[in-house]
Amino acid sequence: MTPAIDVRNVSKVYRRYARKKQFATLKSALLSGSLISDLQPDETFPALQGVSFSVPKGCTYGVVGRNGSGKSTLLKCVAGITRPNSGSVEVDGRISALIELGAGFHPEISGRENVFINGIMLGLTKREITKRFDEIVEFAELKDFIDAPVKTYSSGMYMRLGFAVAVHVDPEVLLIDEVLAVGDQSFTLKCLDKFAEFRRRNKTIMLVTHSLDLVEKFCDQALWLDKGKNHGEGEPRRVVAQYLIDVGKAEEQLLAREEAGRVAQAVADAPVEAERPADPADGGDAPADMFKATEGRWGTREIEITHAELVGEDGEPGHVFQSGEAVRVVMKVRAHQPSNDFVFGFGLFNADGVCCYGTNTNIEKLDPESISGEAEVTFHIDRLELVEGTYRLDLAVHKVDGYPYDYHRQLYSFRVKSRTPDVGIYRPPHRWEFKGDVRWKPTRS
Amino acid sequence: MLAHLARLVRYRGLIQTLVVRDLKARYRGSVLGFFWSFFNPLLLLLTYTFVFTIVLPGMHPDSVQPYALFFFCGILPWTWFSASLSEAANTLIAGGNLIKKVLFPAEVLPIVAVLANMVHFFLGLPILVAFLIYFQRPLDPLELLWFPVIVLVQLIFTTGLALLLSALTVHFRDIKDLLSNLLTLWFFSTPIIYSMQMAPDSVRWWLNLNPMAHLVISYQEVLFYVGPHGHWKWLMAMLVASIGTFLAGYFVFDRLRDSFAEEV
Repeated sequence: MTPAIDVRNVSKVYRRYARKKQFATLKSALLSGSLISDLQPDETFPALQGVSFSVPKGCTYGVVGRNGSGKSTLLKCVAGITRPNSGSVEVDGRISALIELGAGFHPEISGRENVFINGIMLGLTKREITKRFDEIVEFAELKDFIDAPVKTYSSGMYMRLGFAVAVHVDPEVLLIDEVLAVGDQSFTLKCLDKFAEFRRRNKTIMLVTHSLDLVEKFCDQALWLDKGKNHGEGEPRRVVAQYLIDVGKAEEQLLAREEAGRVAQAVADAPVEAERPADPADGGDAPADMFKATEGRWGTREIEITHAELVGEDGEPGHVFQSGEAVRVVMKVRAHQPSNDFVFGFGLFNADGVCCYGTNTNIEKLDPESISGEAEVTFHIDRLELVEGTYRLDLAVHKVDGYPYDYHRQLYSFRVKSRTPDVGIYRPPHRWEFKGDVRWKPTRS
Repeated sequence: MLAHLARLVRYRGLIQTLVVRDLKARYRGSVLGFFWSFFNPLLLLLTYTFVFTIVLPGMHPDSVQPYALFFFCGILPWTWFSASLSEAANTLIAGGNLIKKVLFPAEVLPIVAVLANMVHFFLGLPILVAFLIYFQRPLDPLELLWFPVIVLVQLIFTTGLALLLSALTVHFRDIKDLLSNLLTLWFFSTPIIYSMQMAPDSVRWWLNLNPMAHLVISYQEVLFYVGPHGHWKWLMAMLVASIGTFLAGYFVFDRLRDSFAEEV
């Protein structure tokens, strides 16, 4: 059986023109005789490099990848809107591309007329549109407004109408570029139902999206594009997992770089005087300070935090953790002179600078006796029950009265990933229980 | 290129729909609506008649009297021509969304611009007929058979230029500004407000190089001047030239086609 979409070794190069040439005019081109050379690009940007894949008929095919990885360009090549510089694209059957909804709507004329025009642009005949017209309007939920000019529509109405027309073209091959985010929840569900119907009728769907959830649940196969290259293809779960690992790595690198910069900066301008506010976990501080997300480092350094890192379940230091993972915060400290008055503090802040948790050894009734030389302090979090987001850490050593030895304010950051899109600050360990006649379908994934 | 030309035939439904859309959208919201298609040429006519019969009387010999009718024979096709070109120059940029986001044969857009203006031209014809009846001009039915031929030649010629201009404007935006001035010059180089006989011999040779001159003269011969259509040889030459223009325009358009989605 011939595949519905067959892409072989496709490359696409976008041309970039130097600023000077962007302002070139016909006149100046003719005067300097550089008409031909001005049409030559002086810089090129490869959007796709030798991408090959094929989608069998009836398959739902997901494409994932970071921003700028060439997903949309690939979709445009498949749709035939742009032509690849090399390689071949073959598509078997009528294509409908949902790249931008309602492209081609004319604002001045009514929704009704626009449905006809848009339908004809997408390849329907007038008769076919007449036959499907009521269905389209019903789907778009625009019965009362269909005779109003499109310029009076809200953006949601506009999108819904565009979507309704596009899916009623009844294509063999449907190309979708991140357009499911239209309308409210119920409309999104309706769209998903429509896609499910396409699947049942053995149509081919190619879906470009950032919603990995959708790819896992919905697609039969997936492709991961990275910097214009095919980075992996096959079973969606596997591809998505690989992609996530890669995203995690990139994030990790970014966070590590940022953190290194922050720490270096803080060391450089750390004042040695002991005139800064004390550990917020002491409780003796005004709460306003807790919300002040100023980062920095201060203290006398009689006891110094020489190094700090977060270690995940795999035993490797890192900056990206799964929610629920066991994480420990390891501090290396050095007491330049022996001391019998010391407190280790820990503070956790979310991206808004809200203190999620703070404690110290004094609060937890650990009475200091002595410290000298090198030491290692580990703060164990058995289950990192945080919702997804970026968090920052305060680490501190100070006297019981708050006199700071070494205070690291929000110098360390890490990211928590979660497969559950719950919200808030704190995730209590929880479960649901139902009594009476409440039933649930089998688990979705 | 030939395959693309053949494809155009398949898209005639789309072209038709877009022309209708264009006409509908143009007057949507105005009080007089479609009547503007009549009023626009009428107002233009009043302006020029005012200038040449009241402000500057006696400028025109008897051969072009009644002047209003003479002028109208030329200005109607000219408006079609010039409006088509200025719209076509802008049409790919204005329709950029379609070219970038929908699988869409771009040449439809300039063609629609020409056809929509042709409809306006046709809508102006009843006024012309009314004038002909008012001035009781004798019309030769046989000569009138030439009329569709002239329209066809103008259509082919205008479409060729529209394709060329629309494609080039994508790369050189300043064609739009250049064009509006060029069209003014072109207007005065075409025997619309004067007749070819009024031009001095030295200039006439140059004016003969202007394709639009021959089209306008043909319209005048058929609709205004009494006597047989003496300009048909020029018209046939124009037909050949028009087809050449069309093919050249389409060739350039076809060559630049792939760059539209990126440059628009």
